Amino acid sequence: MNLKRLLAVSYKESLQILRDIRVLIMAFAIPLILLILFGYAVTLDINNLPLGVYDQDNSRESKEFVESLVQSGYFSIKDYVKNYKELETLLEKSEIKIALVIPRNFSAEVKSGNKIEVQTILDGSDANTASIGSGYLSGGLLLFYSKIAQADNTPAIEGKIRIWYNQDLKSRNFIIPGLIAVIMMIIGALLTSLVIAREWERGTMEQLIATPVKSSELIFGKLIPYFLIGMIDLLMAVVLARLLFKVPFQGDYLFMFLASGIFLLGALGIGMFISILTKSQQLAYQMAMLTSFLPAYILSGFIFPIFNMPLFLRIITHIVPARYYIKILQGIFLKGNGLQILGGEILLLSIFALMMLTLANLIFKKRLPE
Amino acid sequence: MDKESFIVEVENLVRKFDGFTAVDNITFQVRKGEVFGFLGPNGAGKTTTIKMLCGLLSPTSGRGRVGDYDISTQSEKIKENIGYMSQKFSLYEELTVEENIDFYSGIYRVKKVLKKERKEWVLKMADLEDKRGRKTGELALGWKQRLALGCALLHNPPILFLDEPTSGVDPVSRRNFWDMIYSFSDKGTTVFVTTHYLDEAEYCHRLGLIFKGKLVQIGTPEELKGKSVSGSIWELECDKPIEALDFLQKDKRIMEVSLFGINIHLLLPSGEEVTPFSHLLKEKGIEVIRLHKVIPSLEDAFVSLIRKES
Repeated sequence: MNLKRLLAVSYKESLQILRDIRVLIMAFAIPLILLILFGYAVTLDINNLPLGVYDQDNSRESKEFVESLVQSGYFSIKDYVKNYKELETLLEKSEIKIALVIPRNFSAEVKSGNKIEVQTILDGSDANTASIGSGYLSGGLLLFYSKIAQADNTPAIEGKIRIWYNQDLKSRNFIIPGLIAVIMMIIGALLTSLVIAREWERGTMEQLIATPVKSSELIFGKLIPYFLIGMIDLLMAVVLARLLFKVPFQGDYLFMFLASGIFLLGALGIGMFISILTKSQQLAYQMAMLTSFLPAYILSGFIFPIFNMPLFLRIITHIVPARYYIKILQGIFLKGNGLQILGGEILLLSIFALMMLTLANLIFKKRLPE
Repeated sequence: MDKESFIVEVENLVRKFDGFTAVDNITFQVRKGEVFGFLGPNGAGKTTTIKMLCGLLSPTSGRGRVGDYDISTQSEKIKENIGYMSQKFSLYEELTVEENIDFYSGIYRVKKVLKKERKEWVLKMADLEDKRGRKTGELALGWKQRLALGCALLHNPPILFLDEPTSGVDPVSRRNFWDMIYSFSDKGTTVFVTTHYLDEAEYCHRLGLIFKGKLVQIGTPEELKGKSVSGSIWELECDKPIEALDFLQKDKRIMEVSLFGINIHLLLPSGEEVTPFSHLLKEKGIEVIRLHKVIPSLEDAFVSLIRKES
């Protein structure tokens, strides 16, 4: 490889990027929008779930119980009703997600120390929210029960839950690191998938392959500016995560940038490989979408937990590089993991990057297509 | 002519695409320093040949040499020693004139001390000195072609391959372009150029006529005209051309008689004297104003060669 030619290719590519507003938008605006969107709007936590209460007991104890639910922050009381009919109407109009019926003997059971039972009716049309809400409600009931038991000085078994790593259980704290992986895939695979194909489509490749430029100089020369864009995006994401979204960062910044660099090289390798293979921008873009962006989004554990997937999908996730990168990022951000724990993942990503870049170099031929 | 002075040699070169033979067993040589033209209609195989010579396509069979390097096995070596300009404009339209030059001078590894000098040379040659900061996409086609030529010459290659360099360019720019080609040739650069313009072909030192993948004839423009037409063409100017035409058409000794403007062209077999016809016409009461031999044009030659071939 000759440095002069490598730099000539990089410089030319950078000028082209800077003059193409569509590339600039995809390189910088889209990652920024994704970060803001996921940081603010997309949250898997449930707060202020609208609750309808039919308190048949209407006692001090039942009021205390409802109050404790409101205090938790997960529920807000939409309405107190006097009969089942009204509850039904509220559920039908989707004004509440959960209907809570406190039975007549509630206070009596509390006083006697018996098992407390309440009736909950869930709106199953929003299954996700309903099941999370019902879980919170059972938790609230348990908490209320243990409080009463303590107050009565009755010895009771108490489970004290301590959460490690993401103490506030904020989904944002693991979504943002995952989103970084998705952004790196956009830069690496989607954006790069266009670079070789564009030269073929515009006819500039014909002139280029008639010169002594080497395949590796062309491929790496084109990769350098996109690698820099990826790193700038990473820096932007980390700054936003820390300053705006207050995502904790327990690990080592240098280690995170190194690990990200390795993943980015692999992603750039896929983009390059696809671009060389297809020679058409549209086809390359679709292929990159299908083989790298969507798996990084869906099969990486970014939003959808891998352990919930059917077996064949779980097997497929093992060949999705973003899966390992997300594990690395969440490990560095939330647990402060280093090379000792993440070494295996780093090794896999390195092998992947090496493989894709080698493949891209191998399949690029300085000949016209047949 | 000894072997040493051939800079390009091609032997039985064949290129097939999915059963279609684009280049069919051609053999020719190009001499060092000459302007060698490849003339033929669109689709004749000119571009395929030039792409094989430049290492952009591999030959199906046959051999070829450009400079000291084999076209099948040493194409990367060839690329260091040639300048190539493709049919379609293929520089970066979003870059400025200067940026395109800088890019190619980096790709050709032009030495740092020479870089500025070469750039100025290209700008001057292409008459782009006052347009150096302009986006290449904004230039007219004639300027673009000259810039492309300049970029292909940054590394001072001994051989220059130009694939239909002037198609779509206005006549004045075409003339300028050919002046540039001559100036390179004068300095010892060999120029291999394809064209389908007959008038341009006249500018070449030697020509190969290619038709349906086959090399039909090769030689200087003069030789080609001589070879193509067996016999001699005479132009007759007289006072009663229609009567003369009628009369001459009946004569079996004349191969072809045709009206050419207000004059008549006669094609006589070689060795046949023209004077007797002049006398015959006078006897018929037709006054011969002028009767002289004309040189067939390249167009005559080309058309007659292609007619023979097909």
